[in-house]
Amino acid sequence: MRAKAILLQFILMMGVWLLLSGRVTFENLAAGAIVALVITMMTTSRTSMLGEIRLTPRALGAHLLFFLVFLRELIRSNLDVARRVLSPSLPIHPGIVKVKTRLRSPLGRFVLANAITLTPGTFTVDIMGDSLFIHWLDMAPEDAEAAARHIVSRFEKYLEVAYG
Amino acid sequence: MNVLSIAGALLVGFGAIFLFIGAIGLLRMPDCYTRIQAGTKASTLGTILSLGGIGLLHPSWLGKALLILLFVLLTNPVSSHVLARAAHLAGILPRGDTEVDELAAETEAKHHSINGGGST
Repeated sequence: MRAKAILLQFILMMGVWLLLSGRVTFENLAAGAIVALVITMMTTSRTSMLGEIRLTPRALGAHLLFFLVFLRELIRSNLDVARRVLSPSLPIHPGIVKVKTRLRSPLGRFVLANAITLTPGTFTVDIMGDSLFIHWLDMAPEDAEAAARHIVSRFEKYLEVAYG
Repeated sequence: MNVLSIAGALLVGFGAIFLFIGAIGLLRMPDCYTRIQAGTKASTLGTILSLGGIGLLHPSWLGKALLILLFVLLTNPVSSHVLARAAHLAGILPRGDTEVDELAAETEAKHHSINGGGST
C-alpha cells in the first residue's frame, strides 16, 4: 500500500516535470528524477492516500470510463448553467439535499465530491462521514431523494471499482 | 493561417464566451451558493476551451496547457466547496425560496461542531 503510494507519487511528479520542461534528454530526465525523488520523500507521509487507487486492469478501465462520463457531464453542466444564466426569467430552484455514498476510501469520496461539483447545477457543500450535502441549482422537490441518488450513482459505479 | 490556428482561435473565442457567461451569472444569481454555481460551472468549460485553444495555436505549449488544465480541474471544485462550506458554517443561509436545506438541519443537531466532516 505504502510502496504503491510512493511509486505513484514519483510517477506523477515525473509526469509533471516532463510536461513542464517539454524536452526528453538524458540530463533532463536525470534532473527530473532527482527532484521527483526528493519531493516524494519529503511529502510521503501526507500522500499515503494515493495507495488507495487500485491498479488492476478492471480498475484502470473504470478510471477511463469514469473520465469519459465525467467529461460528458462536464460539458452538459456547463451548457445547462449557461442557458439558465442567460434566460431572462432565471429559472432556478435551489436546495441542499443529503445523499449517502457507498464509497469507503477517502480518496474515492474526494473524487466523487469533485465530480459532483463539476456536473449539472450541483455542487458539494459538505461531507460528514458517508453523507454528501449537495447544493442543487434546479431541484425537483417531489422526488429529490431519487434524483439525488441518480446524480451520485452515475459516478459511484465506476469509482467503486477504481477506489473501493 | 492553417487549420490548426483557425481551430485554436475558435476554441479561445468560445472559451471567452463561456467565461463571460460565468461573469454574468455571478451578477445575476440571487445568493452566495447559486453564485458559486455560476462561478464554477460556466467558467470551467471556458478555461478548458481557452487552454485547449492556446495548445493548438502554440503546439509547443500543449504540455503546459494540459498541466494548467489539470490544476484547474482539481482546485476549482475544491475552492468552491470550501467557500460554500465556510459560508454555511458562518450561518449564511440560502435564499428564502430555496426548496430544502438538509445541511442546516444536520448542523443544528450537531451543535455547531466546526469539524463536522473528516471523521473517517
